[in-house]
Amino acid sequence: MSPLALDRTYEAVMSRQAEILQRAAGIDYEQFRHGRLVFDYEGLMASTGYTLDQIAGIQTQCKVGCTPMLELKNLTRLARHLAPPGHGARIFIKDEAANASGSFKARRASLSVWESRRRGYSGVIAATSGNYGAAVAAMSAMQGQRCLVLQEVYDSQGLGQPEIVEKGRACEAYGAEVWQTTVGPELFYVHLLLMEETGYFNASLYTPFSVAGIQTLGHEVGTDIKELTGKPPAAVVVTHAGGGNVTGTARGLRAAGCESTTIIGASVDLRGLNMASDLDFNRKSFTTGHTGFGVPFLTNPDRTDVPYNAARALRYLDRYVSVNQGGVFYITQLLAELEGLERGPAGNTSLAAAFKLAQEMPADDVLVVQETEYTGAGKHPTAQLTFARDNGIEVVRGPASMNLPGKTIAIPEHPSDVVYQEVDLERIRKSYLRGQLLRLGIADPRELTQDEVQYLAAETRLTTEQCLQMLATHTS
Amino acid sequence: MTSCPGRRWVEIGFTILEPADRTAHLPEDTKRVPYYVRVKGCAQGEPAVGETVTIQTLLGRSVEGKVLRIDPEYGHGFGRPIQELIDAGSEARALLRGLESEQ
Repeated sequence: MSPLALDRTYEAVMSRQAEILQRAAGIDYEQFRHGRLVFDYEGLMASTGYTLDQIAGIQTQCKVGCTPMLELKNLTRLARHLAPPGHGARIFIKDEAANASGSFKARRASLSVWESRRRGYSGVIAATSGNYGAAVAAMSAMQGQRCLVLQEVYDSQGLGQPEIVEKGRACEAYGAEVWQTTVGPELFYVHLLLMEETGYFNASLYTPFSVAGIQTLGHEVGTDIKELTGKPPAAVVVTHAGGGNVTGTARGLRAAGCESTTIIGASVDLRGLNMASDLDFNRKSFTTGHTGFGVPFLTNPDRTDVPYNAARALRYLDRYVSVNQGGVFYITQLLAELEGLERGPAGNTSLAAAFKLAQEMPADDVLVVQETEYTGAGKHPTAQLTFARDNGIEVVRGPASMNLPGKTIAIPEHPSDVVYQEVDLERIRKSYLRGQLLRLGIADPRELTQDEVQYLAAETRLTTEQCLQMLATHTS
Repeated sequence: MTSCPGRRWVEIGFTILEPADRTAHLPEDTKRVPYYVRVKGCAQGEPAVGETVTIQTLLGRSVEGKVLRIDPEYGHGFGRPIQELIDAGSEARALLRGLESEQ
């Protein structure tokens, strides 16, 4: 039957989601599922069939990868001035803005678009309001593939978030058809409609191809730093939203022999703002890399547009921290004025955290911020802060405690005001486990098989014993 | 537009879901408004704002909707100067200069 003859109502399309996703994913996820819970995650990742070298080779052809690793000597000097004696780690940044399309997302998109062509799809579709849209569009442009991008951009008054308006412009500049919606989770419904109508490959952020594409970034970070400093990085800070960046980077670092490197996720604190709210939508100054994505994707990674999410950050995070909007704008300004680098918002989230984290680390340690992104109209701090003011947000100088998402942005009065807050990973692990038990309808964790406990332990980065203990405490 | 005679680059919009047809579990403010989408492409002839037209998108696909804007401008820019950031940058540079002179 022609897709046009199908019932296109919300309920009808949602009821067809399993078959639509299956067709657009090109992967039989069921082969990796064992019983009610256990999923062979490594089997899924291996199913891409690409070695790290092959991925790097494809990315080189796509003008992606081998980006510069830059030492931020002036920010390091400033951090050391604030740090206790002997402290203040060397801060490096991986200049991912140098990738075609201007962000690390090109690594994810390069492999997805490549795979869509290899599998004979006539086009790709991606639902994203981030840099990933431009990345998929650019990779499609150079590989001769057709590209459709779906973005959440406008509130009900037709007011577009400037950062996303810019990302939409970039997609169109690379020749993509762009659908721009108002606020709401029904984006998924439109995504399904368009996948069904076009028969395109779902270049989701959450496929194994997308995550495998980031592994080269982690690998480069590890090898760059070993080459430059003679040892692996002590820690890598990763801006965290959907989980792919953390997952791919951590896997790549391991492949580069950096098992001792601490993986620290960082998100902008937007707690209190509802991500599905029409009114809150334009009251945030960061459209990704924030806790509104970061936290739910840790506690429930599978609420995505694929049957099983290959981005599973809870498996890899050693620490998770949040920073405030004012701190990120401040560090963005300092990156420009002290280091001569005007770069976009995303990597600067982890840079704000890194600036404080470095002060707590020995001076001979190396701390890496693993991405930058391009900046410009809409993305620049002046664009975002003007938009914030026009939407009634107060912008002032003041300490971190003055920041209130949706109300006040406080630009630090001194570099010592750039701080982070530790996010309790134990609470997140408990929440993840609670969700899994609820989904399975299990009240007593003793009902879990040994394989299931082992799976949950791997999912939460715990030993089997720690996991059992956490399950027991939660349900007692 | 001399480059494509007989056509105009426009932005169209259409409601995908009326408020009553939207998903459950939405915040009240979102529940009250329709779910709306905008797409750009070429319309034949000289379309007027408000007119219902079928456009050809950049992929050559046909999409029907109401014309919202003709030659839609990307309105985003760099915004106004932010004095708080200008001050923050100057202070940080002065602080760094002070550290250098201490050495």
